Amino acid sequence: MGRFILRRIALALVTLWLLSVIIFVACEVMPGDVARSILGPTAAPETVAALNEKLGTDRPVLVRYGDWMAGIAQGDLGESYAFRRAVDEMIGSALWNSAKLAFLAFLLVVPLGILGGVTAALYRGRSVDRLISVGGLSASAIPEFVWAVTLILVFGIWLDVLPVTAQAPPGSSVLTQVEYLILPALCLVLVLFGYLARMTRAGTAEALDSDYTRTAVLKGLPRRTVIRRHVLRNSLLPTIAVVATQTGYLLGGLVAIELIFNYPGIGRLLVRAADQKDFPLLQGAVLVIGIVYLVATLLADIAYAYLNPRIRYGRAVG
Amino acid sequence: MSTVDELAPIVVHDSARESRQERLRLVLRSKTFLVGAVIVAFWVFCALFGPAVVPDDPYADDILNKLQPPSSEHWFGTDRLGRDVFSRVIVGARDILVVAPLATLVGTLLGTVLGLVTGYFRGVVDDAIMRVVDAFLAIPVVVIGLLALTALGPSRVTVILVIGIVFTPIIARTVRAAVLSERELEYVEAARLRNEHTPYVLFGEILPNVLGPVLVEFTVRLGYAIFAIATLTFLGFGVQPPSPDWGLQISENWVILNGGYWWPTLFPALAIATLVVSINLITDGIARVYER
Repeated sequence: MGRFILRRIALALVTLWLLSVIIFVACEVMPGDVARSILGPTAAPETVAALNEKLGTDRPVLVRYGDWMAGIAQGDLGESYAFRRAVDEMIGSALWNSAKLAFLAFLLVVPLGILGGVTAALYRGRSVDRLISVGGLSASAIPEFVWAVTLILVFGIWLDVLPVTAQAPPGSSVLTQVEYLILPALCLVLVLFGYLARMTRAGTAEALDSDYTRTAVLKGLPRRTVIRRHVLRNSLLPTIAVVATQTGYLLGGLVAIELIFNYPGIGRLLVRAADQKDFPLLQGAVLVIGIVYLVATLLADIAYAYLNPRIRYGRAVG
Repeated sequence: MSTVDELAPIVVHDSARESRQERLRLVLRSKTFLVGAVIVAFWVFCALFGPAVVPDDPYADDILNKLQPPSSEHWFGTDRLGRDVFSRVIVGARDILVVAPLATLVGTLLGTVLGLVTGYFRGVVDDAIMRVVDAFLAIPVVVIGLLALTALGPSRVTVILVIGIVFTPIIARTVRAAVLSERELEYVEAARLRNEHTPYVLFGEILPNVLGPVLVEFTVRLGYAIFAIATLTFLGFGVQPPSPDWGLQISENWVILNGGYWWPTLFPALAIATLVVSINLITDGIARVYER
């Protein structure tokens, strides 16, 4: 178990390093130079050169990469071009807001997805199954911003039952904050539900077909007991891994949703940084999103290993 | 689909060509596939012939008649510049149906080559590439697209290349998995013993046998490509105005939802929804037959 965790952490660190290279290279392919793109085509060459020197963008690529990495190691992501503030501070408060939204979405989607998936598996091939499988898949194929504008129209404007922005007035109670976050969270739920339900359905179906389930049925256990003790315990194991991968989709979905609901999270910060060509902020935000995903998968791997006796006790390191 | 389940074993035991025909027949009999195909065909028709059949010029401003609600004259109303929303929705199919399939094609071609090579040779290169794949997978497609399009500047070509390159490692991983099991089979051994060149073994022998997963992967990715590209366009990093692209129409008009002007936003939103859902139905139909 200890070796398994160490191996996973080492792999995650390698992935993180590659991630930093990818992010850095993606910004380096920019045609022209940074100061020029900030100041626009009419700025005098001297002004451009001066700004490049001030930002440090006139130095060689490798030096700048080294600098950036050294900063990351100390938790310092540099200063935003556009906002003249420390990138890590800006990301910190945005991440906290996004975490609230994400938490509410998971709180809704995990039980719903598991319930949907298990129901679909128990009624395999019937119309309930088709409705959950195809309906869930269809809902998750529709981009978040399409859901967002549609839900705003229906619940915020036509029915007028929910607020159309996500930011509750300052000093609001938790309940009011939740009320403001329901519509954006619902967009995420609609997109995440299908995949979670499908994976749970697959796991449950496999467990239902297994020999141990047949044995349990044949030895005369009541159906409820069989499902609870033999089927669900085994089928819900893969769900943990799925929830972790969902974190990735969720972070991507936050971008459009936070923009539409005007919510000061990491997604809206990312769009603003991109609009302003604010590369330190942009790189920092993308890196943090990558780190969140890697940590989530790492924790899921460890939880999975801990719950799966074959990995907990065995040498099966996969 | 119980009929599919009953017929499946025949597919597995048949010879290669017969099984390919059998699979095609099964795909065509799937109801979800047919519904999806009809809707996609409708949008492809709009993309091809839309400009010729629409009642109004989708680009023509008419400020005096801006934000008219749906009527017999303007079925879907007019937008904030007075342009006919119906015409724009029909013609708007064109951008996404050119950009998304091309991006997916770029990703599928590169990914298939990469997957074949890494799966066949394995070893250090394979390990290294798989780590890079993991790193790519850690960032949501929309986020890395935003990053790259900020650096490269938004245009059709950059969107195609960026999405294609982001999909490459993901598709490579699927193809690699298929190749790993194929390469142990006797026909590959036989080709090697015949002293065939490696490129022939890869593309002449292995590739035809992994085309099933490649096809499934293409349709799955096409759905994701539309999802990602529509989102990027909505955020302002794709096709630029005055294109009637659906994502762009929504981004131009959703702010006035609050004023009760729902039609310039809702109709393009429904257009995107029907397209992605029907592509998913097609994917579902194909995957049910191939992935068994």
